[in-house]
Amino acid sequence: MNEHETLGERLEQQGISRRAFLKFCTAMASMMALPPSAATAIAEALIKAKRPSVIWLSFQECTGCTESLTRSHSPTLESLIFDMISLDYHHTLQAASGHGAEKSREDAMQNFFGKYLLVVDGSIPLNDGGVYSTIAGRTNLDLLEEAAKGAAAIIAVGTCAAFGGIPNAKPNPTGAVAVSDIIKDKPIINISGCPPIPAVITGVLAHYLTFGELPELDELGRPKSFYGETIHDRCYRRPFYDQGKFAKSFDDEGARNGWCLFELGCKGPTTHNACATTKWNGGTSFPIESGHGCLGCSEPHFWDAGSFYTPLSAPTANLETIAAGAAVVGAGIAVALSAADRAKKRRTQQAHEKLTVKEL
Amino acid sequence: MNQQELLDFVRGTGLQIAAAVFVLGMVYRMLHLMLLGRKKNLAAPRGTEWGPGLRTMWHRSIPSVGLTSRGYFIVISGYIFHLGFLITLLFLSQHIDLFRSVFGFGWPALSPGLITITAILTIAAMIALLVHRYTDPVKRLISDYQDYLTWTLTFLPLLTGIMLKQGIALGYQQMLIVHIITLELLMIATPFTKLVHMFTTFSARWYNGAISGFKGIKV
Amino acid sequence: MSPPSNNLKHIPIYAQAEEAYSVGNIRALLAEIAARLEKLASGGETGMIDLNSLPLAPGEYEQLRQTLGQGEVSSRIEAIGATEIIETRYPGVWWVTHYNVEGDIVADMIEITTTPEILKSQPEDIRTGLELLRAQLNDEVQQ
Repeated sequence: MNEHETLGERLEQQGISRRAFLKFCTAMASMMALPPSAATAIAEALIKAKRPSVIWLSFQECTGCTESLTRSHSPTLESLIFDMISLDYHHTLQAASGHGAEKSREDAMQNFFGKYLLVVDGSIPLNDGGVYSTIAGRTNLDLLEEAAKGAAAIIAVGTCAAFGGIPNAKPNPTGAVAVSDIIKDKPIINISGCPPIPAVITGVLAHYLTFGELPELDELGRPKSFYGETIHDRCYRRPFYDQGKFAKSFDDEGARNGWCLFELGCKGPTTHNACATTKWNGGTSFPIESGHGCLGCSEPHFWDAGSFYTPLSAPTANLETIAAGAAVVGAGIAVALSAADRAKKRRTQQAHEKLTVKEL
Repeated sequence: MNQQELLDFVRGTGLQIAAAVFVLGMVYRMLHLMLLGRKKNLAAPRGTEWGPGLRTMWHRSIPSVGLTSRGYFIVISGYIFHLGFLITLLFLSQHIDLFRSVFGFGWPALSPGLITITAILTIAAMIALLVHRYTDPVKRLISDYQDYLTWTLTFLPLLTGIMLKQGIALGYQQMLIVHIITLELLMIATPFTKLVHMFTTFSARWYNGAISGFKGIKV
Repeated sequence: MSPPSNNLKHIPIYAQAEEAYSVGNIRALLAEIAARLEKLASGGETGMIDLNSLPLAPGEYEQLRQTLGQGEVSSRIEAIGATEIIETRYPGVWWVTHYNVEGDIVADMIEITTTPEILKSQPEDIRTGLELLRAQLNDEVQQ
């Protein structure tokens, strides 16, 4: 198999004008939070870039991530991104099935060894030899380890692949873990979210093609350009937080006035994602704009971080029982020690011999 | 452990530990004091205990003329610090959320602007008191490490709280973690340091008043 | 008292005034536009503001549109979805909105320039067009 053609050649074949491409790059720059003037530079780099082979492995997941990324119908600007890559294996999207499908994965791994991008969505179950999720009779762990060997980089799409997600939630019966828990010797980029914002994966791919390297990552392996700020930092309801105007229920005056949802459990202050500016459904809105607090779905263990409706400043665990128990124990210790004190006092009194006149 | 796990810990297990230590320690200290086993007063009582006890608790909590004879500084900064700390603790909306979730009821909050001013005044008063403690020869002589330790433990939640509220240094998540940790340290240290006075002050005042009441002294 | 009704018509719907949502972004934005326009006027330095990256409150976007208004030029590009280019009431301040085929906004820019880049014919497109024109000429000659 030959190297893939450049993106420029591909665009030319499809009769896509440079103006349309420039427009696409403007959207890309906006998405990557680069200065708007970067669009021209991106266009120049992308046009020369070779389309990389991409192998997409879906493990223990709900297909929500793929759904999120393929919602738009061709031909759109977003779909141009699929022209930027050669998607050689994706068992939900590809036409081939059975042995044919598996062969296309093996071919891509062989022909582009060391060069292909590996995209993973879903977590990997480890309990009981990984039997809880298998493809073509092979465990997810086996497939991941094999595909990771020749990958230039791994993109973990969705909170499951990035942090273990919902399969990893307590009590985690399948022993689900994240990609980064297994693969230690490859660059891994985490695009978390349940599902992740479609534009983010496009942005990361565009960045990789433009600059030939993965974007700058935060300590959880997420691209800083999208996860650098919290929902709270960029929320249009932030001024209400600062003024102390909070909705107390989902249908009170405050909720109708669009006040801050902190007291209704919004996790915006501790959630890093681009929802507040990128928005969802073609720029329609994001959860807070629809009147519901942020669930924190792009953060690790969001499913186990207490109730979605508990304010961030309130405890996530039960304090009453433990405090009652502690009070009983404290009282017990006090009573026991006082009893000991009194006994000692009594003993001292009894041991005390009165001085007699004779002794004097 | 990543930041999110750390936050989950300090909001969950960490807070449980702190609450358990605080409640256990406080119940133990208070009950142990009460059960000290004082000898029964066999004299005929010349008055009641409860009324004078409660009155003394109140009287000694408000400033009196005698207190200001050596100047206003200590009295004013002392009151600003104690009241400011209480107001910040009890009337910030985020703190009320915490109490509501633990006790099942809440109360109206003060505006964030007012709380910010109160917290800044409290911090200023605490710094002034620390400087005074360190520069005044007598105060310095009678201060030991515990005075500086308890000052620090009380000061940190205020400082990190205002930094969190105003977005000074670190991200919200990190600052929230730090703020909760400082609070938990304060809770854990309280029963076993001079900070226990947050309860014993009042029981001691009651006791003083009760003794006077028993003896028929008007308070 | 009337009995409770689960008929949707009985639930009142209040239209929310747009002004109620203003959180003060508009003034800041206008000040930035003015500063950049000043630069364009004095040194010819162009500037762009990416509206998608700003946390605008619902309603503020419309307010900004109203404030900037519409000037002498308005044009439309059709390249995998539309692009609307409007010179605002203030010459040199352009509002460029890129849509995809489905009509969703994919990029939204305020450009402070004499002509937005996207409006200009691109060299590559010119060359492609030239080839087509030459081919057409050849065809006609052959006929």
